[in-house]
Amino acid sequence: MDKDKYQKLVKENTPKENKTNKAFKAFIGGGLLAFTGQIIISILEQSFGMTINDCYIWLCIITIFISSFLTALGFFDNYVTKWGCGLLIPTTGFAHSITSSALDAKKDGLVTGLGATFFKLAGSVLLYGIISGFFFAILGVIIYG
Amino acid sequence: MASKKLNNIYLKDSFSLAGPIEAKGAISNFDIVMNDYYYHEKTFEQAEIKMQKVVIDNILHQNHLTEQDIELLVAGDLSNQISVSNYTASFYQIPFLGVYSACASFPESLIIASEFLEAKRKGYSLCVTSSHNLHAEKQFRFPIEYGAPKPLTTTLTATGAVSALLTKEKSKTRIESYTIGTVVDMGIKDSTNMGAVMAPASAKVITDHLKDLNRTIDYYDLILTGDLGTVGTKILKEYLKQAYRIILKNHRDAGSEIYLKSQKMYAGASGPVTLPLFLFNKILKQEKYHKILIVGTGSLHNAVYVNQKLSIPAIAHAVSLEVE
Repeated sequence: MDKDKYQKLVKENTPKENKTNKAFKAFIGGGLLAFTGQIIISILEQSFGMTINDCYIWLCIITIFISSFLTALGFFDNYVTKWGCGLLIPTTGFAHSITSSALDAKKDGLVTGLGATFFKLAGSVLLYGIISGFFFAILGVIIYG
Repeated sequence: MASKKLNNIYLKDSFSLAGPIEAKGAISNFDIVMNDYYYHEKTFEQAEIKMQKVVIDNILHQNHLTEQDIELLVAGDLSNQISVSNYTASFYQIPFLGVYSACASFPESLIIASEFLEAKRKGYSLCVTSSHNLHAEKQFRFPIEYGAPKPLTTTLTATGAVSALLTKEKSKTRIESYTIGTVVDMGIKDSTNMGAVMAPASAKVITDHLKDLNRTIDYYDLILTGDLGTVGTKILKEYLKQAYRIILKNHRDAGSEIYLKSQKMYAGASGPVTLPLFLFNKILKQEKYHKILIVGTGSLHNAVYVNQKLSIPAIAHAVSLEVE
């Protein structure tokens, strides 16, 4: 049997992923997260009298802290497995990827382990985030002047 | 022709240690269960070394043997440079050979150990295999606490360690013959579908074994594959039918059966320890089968090569057991 025929055989026998179900879960998970975020913003705005821009910064800090803290306690990976991209795409996913990589290497030395693997997963997000930010800024200048 | 019949090599005894999830699965009579992945050590790596030490110490104690009685220790695991086995061996005064065939390490160690004993009049050799779920996750996949969503074809590395004592004294289980497998690469690049990677290698070694020893598939009461998982098992059956015209009937797969369905462990268990855990704690204790062909299947992948988009080669070794 040649390789192409085998690939076909594998494809036939591979169980199909339930994509709609996963997308729905991610939608609900991400939606709930955004909903809580909105509540936090309202509380900050009304009870602490912050401007809306300050609220966004504080919300970012709070979600990063909570997700990293839950990762450290060992809960957050279960939520990620369940809600998928709903939690991985927002800032929570970014914080979680850094904390989980750091936890993995905590016994491998501060420099050779923790420091070196800190951005193992988040590195690509940072790099391509910055690069795309650069190009979109140029695009923005061209379009809006 | 890489098949050979052996005269009088026997499996005298075995000792198994299983992890917490495996203990809650289909098998309940493991010799020791570890409830904590750290196993009272500082790191997962050290925990796996301790696991191997525990199974070696216990099998020696159980059979009233000392280190000096063992002439050869053959051990393998999944870690880089098989460090776990190397470190374990440093604690014993036993001549040591380390083997790596990923999940086919156990049959490979059986082949080496029995071939070593074959030329001798008496003596013992010891085969040790282990794998640790979190140690493997860290090395091959994402960080442990990341919890990345996995596709349904994923097999999860089982946690456990097994030691097997080989001797020339007569006992219930005889190692009758073996076949050394060839590396097969069918162009699969997906490291989350190891069943598909390994199925052609296992089909090749099964047919080679049958051809070399002039047997048909019905000669065996049971063909026990290592860790193809539910997806790989389906592919193996279909592939054997289409490519070699063999219909596989008396077949069980250790990886598919170690966990219960209610545990929702994707396509099943993988890891070098899967096959011996299932063989010694379920198949041999059932005393139902008399001629068993064990086929360890190993996906020889490496995270760097997978990232470089190379396809994954696989190997399988077969060992035939006769049980009285």
